[in-house]
Amino acid sequence: MTLIEIDHIERARVCYIGWIRSTAPSAPLCSVYFNVFLEPCAHVHDVDALAQDMALQRLSGSFSGLIVQNSSKILQRAFSVSVVAAAIQKMTRVRVVDNSSLGNTPYHRPPRVIHVYTKNGVGKVGDKVLLAIKGQKKKALIVGHKMPGDRMTPRFDSNNVVLIEDNGNPTGTRIKVPIPTHLRQMEGDFSKVLAIASSFV
Amino acid sequence: MAACTRGLKNLLTSIKFCRTLQFQDERFLCTSALRFANNEPPKFVPPSKPVIINKTQTTASTRRFLSPEFIPPRGRTDPFKYFMERRDMVRRRKALNIPEFYVGSILAVTMADANASGKTNRFVGICIQRGGRGLGATFVLRNILNGQGVEICYELYSPRIQTIEVLKLEKRLDSNLMYLRDALPEYSTVDPEMKPVPFSPTGEVPVNKLKVKMCPKPWSKHWERPQFAIQGIRFDLCMTPKQMEFVQKKYAKPWEEYDMLKEYDTSKLEEQIFAEVQQEMNK
Repeated sequence: MTLIEIDHIERARVCYIGWIRSTAPSAPLCSVYFNVFLEPCAHVHDVDALAQDMALQRLSGSFSGLIVQNSSKILQRAFSVSVVAAAIQKMTRVRVVDNSSLGNTPYHRPPRVIHVYTKNGVGKVGDKVLLAIKGQKKKALIVGHKMPGDRMTPRFDSNNVVLIEDNGNPTGTRIKVPIPTHLRQMEGDFSKVLAIASSFV
Repeated sequence: MAACTRGLKNLLTSIKFCRTLQFQDERFLCTSALRFANNEPPKFVPPSKPVIINKTQTTASTRRFLSPEFIPPRGRTDPFKYFMERRDMVRRRKALNIPEFYVGSILAVTMADANASGKTNRFVGICIQRGGRGLGATFVLRNILNGQGVEICYELYSPRIQTIEVLKLEKRLDSNLMYLRDALPEYSTVDPEMKPVPFSPTGEVPVNKLKVKMCPKPWSKHWERPQFAIQGIRFDLCMTPKQMEFVQKKYAKPWEEYDMLKEYDTSKLEEQIFAEVQQEMNK
């Protein structure tokens, strides 16, 4: 295994670790371990593609006459495409379903979860979360999520949340959206939230 | 007993009274006591024969329908396991009437729910998927309530289910309607107070050739790809024919048609199981 250090790196230095197979008509097949350094650049969107490009340029420059083939499988995307993996966690955008003014006035950013009050960071129906709404922190209760749960329990098309105070009193006065009935059985005093709900599923 | 003897005494006295009256005036109203007094036995009117309307016979479909969860999946499991499961499924079906329905039919399910008011919970929705085999068979109902889309996955053989009622029996162009999540909400809305639409127990099940209009992309899954083989979406409104052709060509797997390990012919198995189940149900 040969380690190659690349000199003459310009302003965008790319940190990239991967295997690049290089074949040459004369030299035997050898794998080259390639290491290039990255400085955080705000305008670099697709880091891996840039890294590969730079790496390939450098490699082809230093090894003239070699045909470089990149056979490594690196994720080229910058976002996740998996289906709902965990119900509600930090940074999920939620939908406030009560009629409180804080939940219904438009704002340029959707309300996001910044903390989930459970042992693991995953929130299901009946868990309390901390939201960032309109630049302020507010506690909320999860009343429905997109992730499929137990059989016979409803699955909603949006992650629904009801704003509550620290003592558990809901901020709004009515909930139009249907609420799952198994919330009644859960530990925790949800009686006030259930009282303002208009329909159950 | 005392009342009977009192009644009898009254009758005898009335008979005697009537006898005396008869000789006095013939225009008296004829009573049963009087008829008795005429020494003519009343004409025997045989009771009308009861007409037995065997409702179970008429509604039992003369369509040959075997619920898909009876057909065992392709695999190396011992068929005895499925035989035992089928026995339990038939036992449950004798207790609860599970009607014939397909993906695309509108159902109303009431289940026992300790947390709901009245201890029962009724949900009406369109069936979008039927999954699972054996006792774990499930079906998913979808509806939109107060602008919120709700889906519930019910287990067919769960003891919590009290009634399953088919409000509208029909089929759709696909066997899986999960794309309704990305379609316009009007296609998933079902009126909870809907009246059951009458359907004939004989003949073909009507196929609803509806093609659904979709919300703008991105969708939850790439429904245009050939792996889903969806017929019920209006793709011409979402993408150009060139894009469609490109996607169909790129993600096509033409070798799957020749894959022998994916072959599973269930026709003979179905007939056997159908005969077995009919026999068990009629016992």
